[in-house]
Amino acid sequence: MRTLLILGAGTAGTMAANHLRKVLGDDWSITVVDRDTDHHYQPGYLFVPFWMEPGRVVRDRRPLLAEGVTFVEGRVALVHAERSEVGRADGTGMTYDWLIIASGTRPDPTMVEGMAEALARREDVHDFYTLEGATALRERLRTFEAGRLLVHVSEMPIKCPVAPLEFAFLVEDHYRRRGLRHKVDITFVTPLDGAFTKPVAAGELGGLLKDRSIRLAADFAVERVDGEAGTLVAYDGRELPFDLLVTVPPNVGQQFVVDSGLGNDAGFVPVDKHTLRSVEHERIFVLGDASDIPISKAGSVAHFATESFIDNFLAAVEDRRLPNSFDGHANCFVESGRGQAMLLDFNYDTEPLQGAYPLPAVGPMRLLRPSRVNHLGKLAFEQIYWRMLLPGHRLPVPNEMSMAGKRRPKE
Amino acid sequence: MPTNTLNGRTFQVDAEGFLTRRDEWSEDLAALLGLDLDEAHLAPLRFMRQDSAVTGVTPTLRRMQTVGGFGVKDLFTLYPGKPAKKMAWLAGLPKPVGCV
Repeated sequence: MRTLLILGAGTAGTMAANHLRKVLGDDWSITVVDRDTDHHYQPGYLFVPFWMEPGRVVRDRRPLLAEGVTFVEGRVALVHAERSEVGRADGTGMTYDWLIIASGTRPDPTMVEGMAEALARREDVHDFYTLEGATALRERLRTFEAGRLLVHVSEMPIKCPVAPLEFAFLVEDHYRRRGLRHKVDITFVTPLDGAFTKPVAAGELGGLLKDRSIRLAADFAVERVDGEAGTLVAYDGRELPFDLLVTVPPNVGQQFVVDSGLGNDAGFVPVDKHTLRSVEHERIFVLGDASDIPISKAGSVAHFATESFIDNFLAAVEDRRLPNSFDGHANCFVESGRGQAMLLDFNYDTEPLQGAYPLPAVGPMRLLRPSRVNHLGKLAFEQIYWRMLLPGHRLPVPNEMSMAGKRRPKE
Repeated sequence: MPTNTLNGRTFQVDAEGFLTRRDEWSEDLAALLGLDLDEAHLAPLRFMRQDSAVTGVTPTLRRMQTVGGFGVKDLFTLYPGKPAKKMAWLAGLPKPVGCV
């Protein structure tokens, strides 16, 4: 009997378990470990502050795993890669022949002075990268009716890098609909040099914030949150006063990754970006946000990367050359408010461009342009996620990014 | 692809003037691009070059601090205003970007 152990039953871990159960024989056992039994549809966190019921994003992890996959509830403490063993917090150990780390990323507000304390009070400082945070923010938005609202990104990389921008557009729409927009002053605060930093997107969408009268504070390297005074302070001396701060704390890898010596400075596991195999340990693959691949941390990347990974894993266990090279493909819907969304499709080498998706010219989705059909696509994706993606059914879209239907700007 | 020429040296740049080819960079080019770069200014640039050669991306300010040992405050003193962008430019690396 050969043993595959998967750490994490989120998007990547669940998909990998279900795909591999179909193709690995009876001589393989597949076990998935997670600290709890709640699977969260994380894209829903964005909508919870506005209209989505918090309970709707949570389902039991266990029925989402295929028959023949064992689920173990427990907290991982350490990975002993040299002896192929995983130690749990309760003192028990589990051995493996092959290991998949799919433990994701988590917000860590303690990395910015004053942020964790201010968030804990749940008064003027909020976040929406956890379900608790998004739910508390929902209550706060109901009563917040006037003042300075900052939508803030602490530093990169973060999970779903466009989510803060989407939040800014949605919160603008929220106050417009309530007839309070003129009383709420919204500023988007980013450590990058603009809300849109890739040339084509910057050219096409650069004016979108201005159109919605959302201010931009760029190149803002945050030093601390002063919860008492209600200001956000940057290293260059700038101070932004706020009445409501919606922040995205720094994102890091899980503590057991750091404690096991497997992570880089931010707790992400270094891998070959085309095969997702650990550079240090050949029996470890890393799927989803837990790796250090230079592309967005997003469920979409986990999806395409995991499909590319399956054949590689089958080759690896037979000591064959790995056939697939992951190209960093991702696509994502970006809510732009007013019942519209944009669609992005990109990879390691190609920035988001304009065009049509998935069919050239026909679409029906439009790339890098707000449209109603893109917004409906984003809403429909929730059902696709639960019913197709997690069970391991392949979607009718190409796994590798295609240039067909995309327009490159003239040089 | 646009190019830039300084003291007879030509190199490829993007629309914002950031070098696009890793191998066209050297420390004396950084000196041409910048002002007088002393050791204190050059040390973080060297770290960025070495680090990005392994990771494939321009290091963040936090990584400059935790891995490179450069205090963020000090970097703001050396390169006032926008150190991440200025240093990336001087080191011949892409500026830090989001996904869109």
